[in-house]
Amino acid sequence: MPDLLSVRNLKIEATSYPPGEAPKRVTIVDGVSFDLQKGRVLGLIGESGAGKSTIGLSALAYGRGGAEITGGEVRLDGDNILALGRNGIRQIRGARVCYVAQSAAAAFNPAHRLGDQVIEASVKHGLMSKQEAKKRALYLFQVLGLPHPESFGERFPHQVSGGQLQRAMTAMALCSNPELIVFDEPTTALDVTTQIDVLAAIKHAIEATHTAALYITHDLAVVAQISDDIMVLRHGKTVEYGSVQQIIEAPREDYTRALVNVRQTLRDEAVDQSDTLLKIENVSAEYSNGFKVLNDVSLHVPKGQTLAIVGESGSGKSTLARVVTGLLSPTAGTISFAGKSLTPDVRHRPRDDLRRIQLIYQMADTAMNPRQTVRDIIGRPLTFYYGLRGAAKTDRVKELLDQIEMGNGFLNRYPAELSGGQKQRVAIARALAAKPELILCDEPTSALDPLVAEGILKLLLRLQEEEQLSYIFITHDIAIVRAIADSVAVMHRGRLVRFGPKSKALSPPFDDYTDLLLKSVPEMEIGWLERVLTTRKMASAGN
Amino acid sequence: MRLRDIPITAWIGMIGIAIAFIFALFAPLIAPYGETEVVGSVWQIPDAQYIFGLDNLGRDILSRLIYGARTTLFVALAATIISFSLGVILSFTAAVSRGLIDMVFSRFNDLMMSIPTLIFALVVLAVLPQNIIVLILVMAILDSTRVYRLGRAVALDVAVMEFVEAAKLRGEGKLWIIFREILPNTLTPLLAEFGLRFAFSILFLSTLSFLGLGIQPPSADWGGMVKDNKDGIIFGISAALVPGSAIAILAVCVNLVVDWLLKRTSSLKGGRGDA
Repeated sequence: MPDLLSVRNLKIEATSYPPGEAPKRVTIVDGVSFDLQKGRVLGLIGESGAGKSTIGLSALAYGRGGAEITGGEVRLDGDNILALGRNGIRQIRGARVCYVAQSAAAAFNPAHRLGDQVIEASVKHGLMSKQEAKKRALYLFQVLGLPHPESFGERFPHQVSGGQLQRAMTAMALCSNPELIVFDEPTTALDVTTQIDVLAAIKHAIEATHTAALYITHDLAVVAQISDDIMVLRHGKTVEYGSVQQIIEAPREDYTRALVNVRQTLRDEAVDQSDTLLKIENVSAEYSNGFKVLNDVSLHVPKGQTLAIVGESGSGKSTLARVVTGLLSPTAGTISFAGKSLTPDVRHRPRDDLRRIQLIYQMADTAMNPRQTVRDIIGRPLTFYYGLRGAAKTDRVKELLDQIEMGNGFLNRYPAELSGGQKQRVAIARALAAKPELILCDEPTSALDPLVAEGILKLLLRLQEEEQLSYIFITHDIAIVRAIADSVAVMHRGRLVRFGPKSKALSPPFDDYTDLLLKSVPEMEIGWLERVLTTRKMASAGN
Repeated sequence: MRLRDIPITAWIGMIGIAIAFIFALFAPLIAPYGETEVVGSVWQIPDAQYIFGLDNLGRDILSRLIYGARTTLFVALAATIISFSLGVILSFTAAVSRGLIDMVFSRFNDLMMSIPTLIFALVVLAVLPQNIIVLILVMAILDSTRVYRLGRAVALDVAVMEFVEAAKLRGEGKLWIIFREILPNTLTPLLAEFGLRFAFSILFLSTLSFLGLGIQPPSADWGGMVKDNKDGIIFGISAALVPGSAIAILAVCVNLVVDWLLKRTSSLKGGRGDA
């Protein structure tokens, strides 16, 4: 069978502008080759900066943000598409090769109806009439399992959920009956319970239409469910290229092995959980418009231990953290910290109570002032709480930098000059500078690559031991919960559905929601998706 | 900061502003004739002795231009700086506090803006004693309403960022949040506005002078000189164009410098604090 897409020695370069230095050429992708046959799926996997999206876009002969394809060949059905002129490429994009972006919410025009946007490319390319395109869109909406397919196209992007939007975007890509689709992290921004539906829909649609696909992701467990072959990339070079079976079950390279085994560092839960540091009793909270976000939540955090709060977006887990910090005052219930009740409003809270509870945000980018240096960011709590100045302050900042495994060279850097993992480490050091007893971690690793995230988790665990810290760890990732928690709280729609020591909370019998949540987490196992879907269907058939 | 990193346009702007300041500071030493000295006939055309010619009363235009730099620069600059300080502090306080304070400040600002600036200025200046301090304050307060609008809008965007929340959680006071967290991140649009507003205050000062409420004769100011000589244009005398060009050149120079500062502050990575 001839190859549909054949990439040979692809080389992509861009000009980077490092701060304070002269611009230089960097190679983003170097010597990558692969083949893809009709009806097959190739998974491209790697951390951010590995060049996976860049390779995906090269199948559309497109270089994003100044990236230039400087070498190699991309052959689609035998024709080198890099040699085509602008008009030739225009005939291919949106007709023969389509693209599905990570954030469907940002990719749809909010001012137009979904249906019109889904069929736009096919009609523009003259591939089909408007009527035919609408018929095809209806068929695709059905295949993708969208609710009310006949009227779905009438809706605007803001009227449907994130998972439905992602499926609508897949329909848009499939509409013109393309030979190849490039999926760029289509499920990364979704909740696990939604991700599984979208994954199943995409897999089904690919099978039904016999399209070939490039599937780009950083999650090996996801790609194992959907692709036939996997290429592992790092720093723009191929690390390993083989069938799914081989990569998952017998990885040859150390880097691949690290990816496969990520987050299996288990920590046993503490046996004695009686020494309570923070106690939340019957807390309810609502927004100023009266929307109830927390409903009668009671839980407690033992001293020196980790409570993990899991739940999907909108479950109220971050709101609970806001209530504990005092950013949102509860409408009912009490919170006590180290035996004393906490003032509900942060503005009236004594400075020492503020010091003892610190918060680490999900996005370290926005959690640090871009106009302050690392020295200022970490040093401010030292001055503010302990009155340290001058050399004493600098010495302490250096100590803290050592603790987070970063050197003194970072003292005068700005946040923009740090990598994602380094930023999160600086945010941890800022929290640590206050010498807190409790740190609230609001998804501190979910914006990071798996291996970087693992480094952060290990750091947090080490600091916990050294400083006797308690953590409330908010996450949607069950794997992290298994790895680091002592006790677990599961939240759903503002209510606490499950709370207890990890061993108890994560073992049967389950309530319905916890069961669904646990089953939706992709496992590093081929055939997991099919297996889960059959049990899920059976469960729904039984209802 | 390295000198060679400064683009040529910024140098031109800085040199222009420096010249204007040197004129203003050393006017009596530089000017060939006195500010109010009548040296020849009305609207005498330029020659080697009087480079820009003489004005409507026979005074040397070059000398008056040099003396005029004093009042024009001082009044416009002082008014712009005061209006910015006032507008930024009030708007940032409103954006950080929200609630009642925001409501009171913002509605009062709307009230001020609903009265046409020129009419407001005319009424107030007609009632108050005519001196330069009052003039500067009136100009500054009227201009600060515009700064307030912009300041509140940009500060609101920054005030909801997580690092501001982190500062609140730390227990920081309002002053720290306004000056250390929000201000450095809003400098870009504020600087752009500064360049624009400075040019506008020169024009506004000219308008007021034109109406007889700004700088009082016989003191020279660039706007007033345009007014004094405007009738000459009908007779083909270019005297009014000289102070007019001076205003234009100064405005361009200020904006060249502001553009450069803008580029420095708007690049996230280049926002190094040593500027």
